[in-house]
Amino acid sequence: MSGGTFVGMPAFPEAAHDAVNNKTLRANLRHATHTIRGKRAKAVAEVSDWAQLREAGKRIKDHTLRHLDRYLVQLEESVTAAGGVVHWAADADEANRIVIDLVRMTGESEVVKVKSMATQEIGLNEVLEAEGIAAYETDLAELIVQLGKDRPSHILVPAIHRNRGEIRDIFAREMSEWGRPAPEGLTDTPAELAEAARLHLREKFLRAKVGVSGANFMVAETGTLVVVESEGNGRMCLTLPETLISVVGIEKIVPTWQDLEVFLQTLPRSSTAERMNPYTSTWTGTTDGDGPQTFHLVLIDNGRTDTLADEVGRQALRCIRCSACLNVCPVYERAGGHAYGSVYPGPIGAILSPQLRGTASEIDASLPYASSLCGACYEVCPVAIDIPEVLVHLRERVVEGGPATREGTKVVLKPAKGHAAERAAMRAARWAFSHPGALRTGQRLASRTRRFHPRTLPGPGRAWSATRDLPAVPAEPFRDWWQRTNGGKDTGK
Amino acid sequence: MNSRDLILGRVRRALADVPHDDTPYDQAVDRDYLREHGDRSVEETVELLAENLADYRAIVHRCTGDELPGVLAGILAARGSASVVVPPGLPPEWLSAADTARVEDRAVSTVYDLDEVESVVTGCALAVAETGTIVLDGGPDQGRRRITLVPDHHICVVRVPGQVVSSVPQALERLDPARPLTWISGPSATSDIELDRVEGVHGPRTLEVVLVSGDGPDRTDANGGDQA
Ligand code: SF4
Repeated sequence: MSGGTFVGMPAFPEAAHDAVNNKTLRANLRHATHTIRGKRAKAVAEVSDWAQLREAGKRIKDHTLRHLDRYLVQLEESVTAAGGVVHWAADADEANRIVIDLVRMTGESEVVKVKSMATQEIGLNEVLEAEGIAAYETDLAELIVQLGKDRPSHILVPAIHRNRGEIRDIFAREMSEWGRPAPEGLTDTPAELAEAARLHLREKFLRAKVGVSGANFMVAETGTLVVVESEGNGRMCLTLPETLISVVGIEKIVPTWQDLEVFLQTLPRSSTAERMNPYTSTWTGTTDGDGPQTFHLVLIDNGRTDTLADEVGRQALRCIRCSACLNVCPVYERAGGHAYGSVYPGPIGAILSPQLRGTASEIDASLPYASSLCGACYEVCPVAIDIPEVLVHLRERVVEGGPATREGTKVVLKPAKGHAAERAAMRAARWAFSHPGALRTGQRLASRTRRFHPRTLPGPGRAWSATRDLPAVPAEPFRDWWQRTNGGKDTGK
Repeated sequence: MNSRDLILGRVRRALADVPHDDTPYDQAVDRDYLREHGDRSVEETVELLAENLADYRAIVHRCTGDELPGVLAGILAARGSASVVVPPGLPPEWLSAADTARVEDRAVSTVYDLDEVESVVTGCALAVAETGTIVLDGGPDQGRRRITLVPDHHICVVRVPGQVVSSVPQALERLDPARPLTWISGPSATSDIELDRVEGVHGPRTLEVVLVSGDGPDRTDANGGDQA
């Protein structure tokens, strides 16, 4: 039932252009990102050792990635020892097939789902539906997206683009199609809307025999999985069904139980700006008499090992999906999540999607340009991913071609034809630069963080950055460049 | 080749640049972040817990062990709860003053049975002052995870100061990862609709925490007595 896939998305500039002209969308987005942004800064300021926690998070993740083979094997052993069954999936098709087979084995034809980026990435809901298995999203925002036959537009608040009136209409119209209808005379107050969702979903939770989730973290040492959430729908899906299937990217490992002390401090503050999210569940295999008695873990690659093979781009795998980078990005604020053509929107999407999927399609080739390189994303990132550095690296790859890894095989990419991507990028950026306020904010941040960035790129990137007007990180010159080249107008459509 | 070997092979090739003698785990991470934030006395830590719980919209009560049965009876009466589910190892004295019907959680109880019950009373494994969090580990006085999830009203008893730690790092040190853990910070909440916070979508909409100090009808402390 759920909304469209991202296949056939127009490239970022066109998609962004449409979004920018949608006033409701922009107002919803602006309100949301600015609210979260302000709260987050306060929550971070509360902990005096934020810089140390951020550095520790970065190092834990880097270390894990550098020894990922060892930790994957260790995780498999510990999950198995705790009573779980581990499956490996090289790509989305394989992961989907494994889940379908597992659901079939239970004899059930419906599953309840915890919000999960990994299952969105592999398009699991659509595949289950095609197989006659109903997959119910149970996160309130995901429910809004699913009932609205829509796509998520934000990592943390997938329905960020919808206002209360729109949500009321979707509930009143669609709930009866899928179960308990919305109450008569439903208004658009958030409390009433949440109550409608509670009643609608509770009948599904109580009868569900199969739950499907992702995980925020997996602990190699103990085999423990961790899900962080707010509403309790996660706890419902993780503990009421008889069978639990967790689909998780191979990069979500941390080596030890102790490592959680870093991420359980940085993730909630970075994402929802809370000291702690309302609910965190951890489970290690199965527990007699409590919770699912059958537990399957599906470990997915789906482009992650290709990303790992790139020494500059690899750092994107540190991401803990907090979404802080979306909320500070002036480009995201105007373009909205859908423009990125991927389940990973915003700055992280701009570096993750073209690495997971390659840069062959027009949308993926244009994503490294979906940024003003202001550096705000790097500054807020709790695992210090240098998103601007990776963006520039990927631009180089798109424009110059060069070595890359696809499905485990080394390939040499050809340069994009006639710098099409660069032209596309200039168009993409035009509206961002037509809003001087946003740009100025970005630039202030940039000039503060600039000292963290190399002025020229190391390695093969040096040639690229030396011969282009676009500096690695523009302090103020990007804007000058913009004016000097007449806003890229001669290269536009 | 099976997918396991395929993926592990890809990982190893992708990491060809990583030297064999790469920094080992115990040297790879500087743990110079704080074990706890600020310098507090035991009383101040408990005070901070109470503040942060309330800040997250949990209702906080404080009493001595002797007063506990009366306080629990009062909470249930004020709520008008017709029934309360109790974990198998809840000290019987706790509810000795309440006349609310007690429902034992049994292996054969279904979630539909549980859905009929209004309130649940549990102990906890520990509480984290800096974040206003209570942690359940399925111990005898806490029961299965579902009993604190399906009823709409959760009353959690925290023994202070014995069960209170300051921070997340201190909490993880004391918890056993082999047990299923539930960390609860305030009642269920969502901000998905225009970022307006609404309490309770799926979990209990009301969380009441009773901080009980001193000796009471139950003197056993399942988690050892180390003081925060
Ligand atoms: S890149 Fe960093 S800021 Fe962005 S979602 Fe990932 S962890 Fe958060």
